[in-house]
Amino acid sequence: MPQRTIAEALNQALFLEMERDPSVMIMGEDVGIDGGVFRITDGLIKKFGEERVVDTPLAEAGIIGSAIGLAMAGMRPVCEMQFDGFVYPAFDQIVNHAARMRNRSRGKYTCPIVIRFPYCGGVRALEHHSESAETYYIHTPGLRVVCPSTPYDAKGLMLAAIRDPDPVIFQEPKKYYRNIKEEVPDEDYTVEIGKARVMIPGEHVTVIGWGAMIPLILKVHPHFAQKGINLEVIDLRTLSPLDTPTILESVQKTGRCVIVQEAPRTLGLAAEISAQIMENAVQFLQAPVQRVTGFDIIPPLLKLEEWNLPDEKRVIAGIESILE
Amino acid sequence: MPLIPEFPKIDDSMIQVLAPDGTVVREDFLPNWDEARLREVYKEMILIRRADKKFTNLQRTGRSGTYPSMEGQEATQMGMIYGIKRDDWIFPAFRELAACYLHGVPLEKIYLYWMGDEWGSNYEANALPVSIPVGSHPLHAVGTGWAFRLQNKPHITVSFFSDGATSEGALYEAINFAPVVQSRTVFCCQNNGWAISTPTNKQTAAATLAQKAVAGGLRNIRVDGNDIFAMYAVAREAAELARQNIPVFIEAMTYRLGNHTTSDDSGKYRSKEEEEDARTRDPILRLQKYLAAQKIWTPEFAKECEEAADAAISKAVEAAENTKQNPDDIFDYHYEKITPPLAQQKEELKKFL
Ligand SMILES: Cc1ncc(C[n+]2csc(CCOP(=O)(O)OP(=O)(O)O)c2C)c(N)n1
Ligand SMILES: [Mg+2]
Repeated sequence: MPQRTIAEALNQALFLEMERDPSVMIMGEDVGIDGGVFRITDGLIKKFGEERVVDTPLAEAGIIGSAIGLAMAGMRPVCEMQFDGFVYPAFDQIVNHAARMRNRSRGKYTCPIVIRFPYCGGVRALEHHSESAETYYIHTPGLRVVCPSTPYDAKGLMLAAIRDPDPVIFQEPKKYYRNIKEEVPDEDYTVEIGKARVMIPGEHVTVIGWGAMIPLILKVHPHFAQKGINLEVIDLRTLSPLDTPTILESVQKTGRCVIVQEAPRTLGLAAEISAQIMENAVQFLQAPVQRVTGFDIIPPLLKLEEWNLPDEKRVIAGIESILE
Repeated sequence: MPLIPEFPKIDDSMIQVLAPDGTVVREDFLPNWDEARLREVYKEMILIRRADKKFTNLQRTGRSGTYPSMEGQEATQMGMIYGIKRDDWIFPAFRELAACYLHGVPLEKIYLYWMGDEWGSNYEANALPVSIPVGSHPLHAVGTGWAFRLQNKPHITVSFFSDGATSEGALYEAINFAPVVQSRTVFCCQNNGWAISTPTNKQTAAATLAQKAVAGGLRNIRVDGNDIFAMYAVAREAAELARQNIPVFIEAMTYRLGNHTTSDDSGKYRSKEEEEDARTRDPILRLQKYLAAQKIWTPEFAKECEEAADAAISKAVEAAENTKQNPDDIFDYHYEKITPPLAQQKEELKKFL
């Protein structure tokens, strides 16, 4: 099986689905000849032409607003927002229309749109290019929110997202676009939206993360394994709807849980996971659920950014704090 | 006769004073600058070009983050700033090294900002920090220009942005707001031909960007943005109007000679021929030709300008690089007074430093 990066896996997913389904189209700023600033749509315009791979005017509300109309008329737009911090001009369209059309019309209209964008920090980028803002979307009823951490899942989730009958927010960990490789089959396959994955089974501590936090968690895993402490690592993959059964099952086994999140702490997804455990599995807990998160601050510019991002030291300390 | 007439033809002419070969085509708009002033302008242009170029090397060697070069847009920004006053306020996008520097932002601060420290946006000059969300900040300039009218202050505001920004909804709102609230503001639209890989003719079907202002009832003009004399003449008149509560939209025709940013490769989407052709309209070359014809420019003078520029640039880079970062800063400026939860998080971080 060929080894692929997340960027290559995403590109292949888009390619396959455009080939399979003529209603799929790509829209975004510089997604055509430039292939997107991260080259995720590279080569697609050559194969599918300008009508299906559209370099739009520089207007996010325009992209999502017109995608809503396209989708209601039977097209399947996959919209690229150039960076996490530039989704906001389209926020009105996403929250007030894309997310609501189905409920508003009692199922008569739907918006099967994928809104994909690079997210996360740690890449020495400019302001607005290092955001982890998944909470806004998770907090919006009507949206699904997906965030893969591996090439295999990136491809399978992208294919599932495009086929999903509802709008899907697709966050891509930009820091790991090109530096993780794994076997990715050439064929068509999907990864079910709404299902977390137990990446590494273990019996002592459940460690939950998603997207850019997964490589970090995997890095601290050996540190504990050496001491005979086996972490059970869960990659959520889908942030909304949350796969609560997988989380609870793990916590019932381990009795301890740490959630690692890059986003600011207050009202981050870690808070919701912690509440779910409190409500449904408190009797199994041997220690309080612990969060390791970014601080409640604006992502600092690059010289100061490291101080905000969860790192090995902070994750290790978080896990150790509930081991006693 | 159709009921709905064709859209009236919009004039796509532009104001020019210096032709690309440096000859004067409009005597009446020549600035009344003496030889000393002309030398100074050329010297500043050289400093700006070299200060901008310095970033390529800083970024490559990991000393700066991503940087958007403004090479080719010097005359537009310089002419605009020469046409306003120091106590007027400017609202840059992200490609405005020249405008910011000339309006009083210390070079050292400009380097510090792109090296990745918020202190690079803290200075005395009447220039707002860099605004990266495209098209968002002209509304701020409208608001401040509105306040100046309400407060009876003699100042105006100028927002800088480029062709791509004219596609954003917020920009149409700014165009519409400005005359309604009689804001003392000038829109300085630098049509540099490109928004990353998207050429202006794919950005809009409008024949000119200036005509977008027509719908908002805004006075507007098109000018050769690589011609510092034309730009200066237009800027002065626009500023004068803005001071009388009449906002103006300027479309300055220029060209982004470099890559979009240090992480872009323009070879992917535009031809070498186009770039080479654009270089024949380089604003520095044009001024140089004019000055040479006046016997003001000589190779020795150019060398003198370059050496002075490099000395100033080295000093600024050094000062920026010697600036130490303080972890408390990432918490301390979110509110006037730090909140209790943030204060707690600030302590938490200390355990890991
Ligand atoms: C709202 C928003 N969307 C996308 C981007 C990413 N981006 C940065 S610069 C740029 C192109 C800007 O083109 P233009 O307005 O012509 O300015 P120029 O780069 O020519 O100075 C884009 C798409 C952004 N900064 N802000
Ligand atoms: Mg432009």
